[in-house]
Amino acid sequence: MGKTMFEKIWDAHVVHEQDGNTILYIDRHLVHEVTSPQAFEGLRIAGRPLRQPKATYAVPDHNVPTIDQDKPIRDPISAKQIETLRNNCKDFGVTLFDLGDIRQGIVHVVAPEQGLTLPGATIVCGDSHTSTHGAFGALAFGIGTSEVEHVLATQTLQQQKAKSMLVQVNGSLSDQITPKDIILAIIGKIGTSGGAGYVIEYAGEAIREMSIEGRMTLCNMTIEAGARAGLVAPDEKTFAYLRDRPYAPKEDLFEKAIEAWKLLTSDPNAKFDAVVELETEDILPQVTWGTNPGMVTDINGKIPDPEQITNPKERKATEVALEYMGLTPNTPIQEIKIDRVFIGSCTNSRIEDLRAAAAVAKGHQVSATVNAIVVPGSGQVRQQAEKEGLDAIFKEAGFEWREPGCSMCLAMNDDKLKPGERCASTSNRNFEGRQGKGGRTHLVSPAMAVAAAITGHFTDVRSFGKS
Amino acid sequence: MQAFTKITALAALLDRVDVDTDAIIPKQFLKKIERTGFGVHLFHDWRYLDDDGTQPNPDFILNASRYQGAQILVTRDNFGCGSSREHAPWALLEYGFQAIVAPSFADIFYNNCFKNGILPVKLEIDQVQMLFEEIESNEGCQLTVDLEQQQVTTPQGNNFTFAVDAFARDRLLKGLDDIGWTLQFEKNIVQFENQYQNTAPWMTIQ
Repeated sequence: MGKTMFEKIWDAHVVHEQDGNTILYIDRHLVHEVTSPQAFEGLRIAGRPLRQPKATYAVPDHNVPTIDQDKPIRDPISAKQIETLRNNCKDFGVTLFDLGDIRQGIVHVVAPEQGLTLPGATIVCGDSHTSTHGAFGALAFGIGTSEVEHVLATQTLQQQKAKSMLVQVNGSLSDQITPKDIILAIIGKIGTSGGAGYVIEYAGEAIREMSIEGRMTLCNMTIEAGARAGLVAPDEKTFAYLRDRPYAPKEDLFEKAIEAWKLLTSDPNAKFDAVVELETEDILPQVTWGTNPGMVTDINGKIPDPEQITNPKERKATEVALEYMGLTPNTPIQEIKIDRVFIGSCTNSRIEDLRAAAAVAKGHQVSATVNAIVVPGSGQVRQQAEKEGLDAIFKEAGFEWREPGCSMCLAMNDDKLKPGERCASTSNRNFEGRQGKGGRTHLVSPAMAVAAAITGHFTDVRSFGKS
Repeated sequence: MQAFTKITALAALLDRVDVDTDAIIPKQFLKKIERTGFGVHLFHDWRYLDDDGTQPNPDFILNASRYQGAQILVTRDNFGCGSSREHAPWALLEYGFQAIVAPSFADIFYNNCFKNGILPVKLEIDQVQMLFEEIESNEGCQLTVDLEQQQVTTPQGNNFTFAVDAFARDRLLKGLDDIGWTLQFEKNIVQFENQYQNTAPWMTIQ
């Protein structure tokens, strides 16, 4: 029987197997300031060295301010955490893309940009959105701090093999149905635990048409369906993206790698444990209405009515979510007014996202009742956007143009919602309090976020500016 | 790591599905560089009325007097979803929870529990419902969670068997360090790395 891409990558990294437990070799370990200090401390206490400094790369992102990054960080606890990362990197010989370095940014934007993310690699990070790197055909997943320490010490992880799910997205990508809409529709269909126990491989015409950035958005939010990882088979787009990146293999070695990467694709007779199919023609721009990413509808939808829900648990969860979100059943999505807009995060802060956002923003003004910020994913994204004049478009339209970091996706820095504020956000989680205590988050694509910023309420970007 | 074998202790109920790790330990408490000091912030935004955590929210179920001192948490589907933060199990353990019973858990959280001496117990959805009913109607209800026997027993005589990976079970019963176990196979790691230089030389950064 043939093998899935997941099985091929898995098999190529098995160091040892015992009692259903596998020691899996890890090719790349990405580190940030929030989930690593206790792991480095663990190494010190046990007197263990870092096994592979050349496989370990660090960047501060969760905690960093997005204004005045060249000045000392005002929050002393944040400053200490970032200083701790610096010291740990120095002590253990880890390459650090520090604040002030053009390469600094959100870890899941930076690693692909630097060519650290390669097809067929195993990649881990103490961050659930490590699934992003699956866009290249890498087996990439988030781990806890104990596992971070385990990888630092052994360059391996103890793992149990997940099952395989194929998500087939049929039909062509249209101009204004974005990868964000597709992944939100998938999560809406299978639910926030629908992928639990699986690695999801995405396939189909729409996935092939998708850019590498789009595939990253798709794989990024795979964790929101509860899956361990997402995967897209590498192709010519992947190879073109990686060619000449700083840490990617060069010249003959790169050509040799491509030959091997082409073989990673799932065999035609490979068997998946589950298969889900979607048609792009059924997908409209998506907007979440509740407190998890599976609570989603499209721009023509309405807020659900708990009284119409027969399953008691689902009814109760809907009631709790609507109460938190301050929403009335049956309200049309397009009538929901917003206070804030956040364009950024490891889901949607790459150059292509900013281009899509700027294309909608151009020549318009952010509504007087809305505060909107754009936070590029990395220093390089920021620089590229400025070269293309996107920053000028945003600023003229009334958006704030910030410096790179995770920012208001998780609101560990000063960028946060006030209680009761409602935000159209391109990030990945609409959990209670995620963007600030009492804040209300609606997840959308970058283009939809801009349309909402301008009109002050959710607006169908497909007809925006055409009337 | 502290071993887990068997406990008989007060059980508390948290009747919510999809409890995420942001709710378990909100982001403002993730800036510490130590492993301790998180228990006081467990479920902070639900548990307290004020940002400083000085005014307990009387409506939050774990603040109820009947649940003070609980060491077992019984809850609903997909507990621990979202962020990979291990601060979530650290906070639960420091608060006092040693076992969490639910119909399902999010993957990363489930693994993180075993690394910290917390036993996550998966039971059938109707079994969890029975636990809810029994605990709800009997103040002071103590459950026994036995990892050796892989059983949850209740005062009324319900006895539910749960499945757990044999390897993870063994490790938790003995409180063994994962890194120490893996390093027994260091020569396999070295061998793998040497061979990998031939099979995937592009993967190594010089």
